[in-house]
Amino acid sequence: MDFDYSDDQKFLKDEARKFLGGRCPPAVVRGVLDDPARSYDAPLWAAVAEQGWLGAAIPEEHGGLGLGRVELCAIAEELGRAVAPIPFASTVYILAEAVMAHGTAAQKAAILPRVAAGELIGALAVSEGPGALTPSALSARVEGGRLSGVKIPVTDGDVAHTAIVLAGEGGKPGLFLVDLTGPGVKRETLESLDPTRSVARLTFDGAAAERLGGAGEGFDLVQAILDRAAVLLAFEQLGGADRCLEMAKEYALGRYAFGRVIAGYQAIKHKLADMYVKNEVARSNAYYGAWALNDDAPELPTAAAAARIAASEAFWFAAKESVQVHGGMGFTWEVDCHLYYRRSRQLSLVAGSPRLWKERLVSELEKKNAA
Amino acid sequence: MDFNDSPTEAAYREKARAWLAEAAVAHRAEHGEPKANTPEHMAAAKAWQARKAAAGYACITWPAAVGGGGGTPIESVIFGQEEGKAGVAYGYFTIGLGMCVPTVMAFSDTDTKKRFVSPAVKGEEIWCQLFSEPAGGSDVAALRTRAVRDGDEWVINGQKVWTTGAHYSDFGILLTRTDPDVPKHKGLTMFWIDMRDPAVECRPIHQMSGGREFNEVYFSDLRVKDSQRLGEVGQGWQVALVTLMNERLAVGGSAGPNYREVMELARALPGEDGPALSNDAFREKLADWFVASQGLKFTRFRTMTALSRGQTPGPESSIGKIISANQLQDLANTAVEMQGEYGILSGPEAAAGAAFQQSLMWAPGLRIAGGTDEILKNIIAERVLGLPGDVRVDKDVAFKDMPTGR
Repeated sequence: MDFDYSDDQKFLKDEARKFLGGRCPPAVVRGVLDDPARSYDAPLWAAVAEQGWLGAAIPEEHGGLGLGRVELCAIAEELGRAVAPIPFASTVYILAEAVMAHGTAAQKAAILPRVAAGELIGALAVSEGPGALTPSALSARVEGGRLSGVKIPVTDGDVAHTAIVLAGEGGKPGLFLVDLTGPGVKRETLESLDPTRSVARLTFDGAAAERLGGAGEGFDLVQAILDRAAVLLAFEQLGGADRCLEMAKEYALGRYAFGRVIAGYQAIKHKLADMYVKNEVARSNAYYGAWALNDDAPELPTAAAAARIAASEAFWFAAKESVQVHGGMGFTWEVDCHLYYRRSRQLSLVAGSPRLWKERLVSELEKKNAA
Repeated sequence: MDFNDSPTEAAYREKARAWLAEAAVAHRAEHGEPKANTPEHMAAAKAWQARKAAAGYACITWPAAVGGGGGTPIESVIFGQEEGKAGVAYGYFTIGLGMCVPTVMAFSDTDTKKRFVSPAVKGEEIWCQLFSEPAGGSDVAALRTRAVRDGDEWVINGQKVWTTGAHYSDFGILLTRTDPDVPKHKGLTMFWIDMRDPAVECRPIHQMSGGREFNEVYFSDLRVKDSQRLGEVGQGWQVALVTLMNERLAVGGSAGPNYREVMELARALPGEDGPALSNDAFREKLADWFVASQGLKFTRFRTMTALSRGQTPGPESSIGKIISANQLQDLANTAVEMQGEYGILSGPEAAAGAAFQQSLMWAPGLRIAGGTDEILKNIIAERVLGLPGDVRVDKDVAFKDMPTGR
């Protein structure tokens, strides 16, 4: 039984924490939060690229470090803890992973080295409006290799170079790689709950589009891409949830009310114990997801769903109750609680809401049970 | 990250499996599969324990010199898994070998150890733990059972409650009050006692679930020798902490139906619109139960990983019972409500052999036994997160001056 980070992976994670402690303190996050003109922190992005993290799981032949997915999970956990304001998930968990899993040799050669070098930011453009998108409602279209339609919201769409876009072609849904810097693309940055992660509306009018994966497989491919991303996002959520518990604990140990620290009152102690329980459930499910992702196991859909559900629940609970433990201070702009409160929403919504994942999980269980 | 045994672990598992395969057949040929809570069941359990001890599979982590297996914690976990799969595990010895006998080993003289440890390992004698009282549940140190010194003996009067297995136990470790004039933690003393003494009376408790699995134990002028004392006079609380520390190491799954059973029920059950399994609210709950169950399973794997690496497991296993007990209650209630009016039935007509109704009535006990939800949260808050203890108004008050209520 070896169901934990190895010593090397722990070392990598410790180094990542130290690195982000220096390069991504709350002031850096706030730099993006407080400036509507900035979509991400470019110096941090460059520093992360220099560390090799963008290509951590990309094979060496494509300019990456060729490490495993568990190493990437360790990095994700630390990025989540630091609420890093960079398009890491869109670029690494989604674009790079999708191209590695579903791309042609030419697509891999064109995209992966640029991701690893920090020259290319990715995005996933699926949603066209509120609620779930069904095949019959899909309105973006590709004809003769040209894409038209509107995608909203697209995380990191305002700064990305390449997007994976879900669109119909000849009546069949497919995925397409689109160069967002080329002609026929209009992008607008939109206001969102978490300004430290940018969101855009993309309007396509004849933009060049190249298919990724098979024709007509669009929705299945989106799900396959999200299964992989969900595990990595779960580690970001876990890192955030752990930090919320720490912040709440530190505050409660220093805050006096009615003649003693509030950390001594059972109402607070039990709240923090509840956070701890949820975080451990999330951690154990996330580890299982990491194993399934790293080994390309057939259990990945179930494991990813469980990891995502547990991590979404843990981060939401820890983020909202951390505000509560901080009392009035927690409701101010100056205290960092709301950075996590915002990020917990962003991470829960970005790759399908927990409700959708619960439905997916139960469907998988039904299949397994029937088989 | 993987779920594979290391080469040495795999070899041990292979050896254990081979032994179990043969031993289980021989055991069944001799004892059959008797019903639980019968003398035949107890006889079979004792025979199995003796067989394990002879082969070095009883108390695997204890030294061979006292009858143990001289093995490692991970070997103990591996054997437990394989024994469970072989379907020959008995629960009668868990409390004695897990908590009582380690306490005896830690606090008694050589002769006492020689007398008790080996027979317990071989299953010849069973032990119970006599701590909880009507006035001391979560607050065990508030117990009132009184031991008064009389020359070289002590005279004990009082009552214990919720004692698992008291009626079939041969010996017990008993926490008593020897000095009511000092604060509660300082006036306690531990003894081992003979449960067959006529001054000890066991009465079964009729639980809200209808069963009678636990006991009240009464002591009427029970006389014990001073040589039966475990630890110093007045040091009983420190001795009890050693017992309870050993309790933490028992990492177990919980009994009762899980998400699979309730999913099967929902598949077969007509709802308002198709089978109950198609109900969105139910599906959401089902997902939550699955995630929590997986969380516990993989948390146990993390504990095993630490043991496998020769490390001390982290505090993560402390989340187990809070989750499993509450989940059992919620799951059972959902399964019962899902059946509509029919759910009220708990006899032979009930769905799934009334398993959900039984769990519904058993779950409240699970949330209380072995540390209430509230005490467990305090433990996580204080020992894991390092938060301060509660305000204790009884800390510097002599026990006899403490307000007692009912």
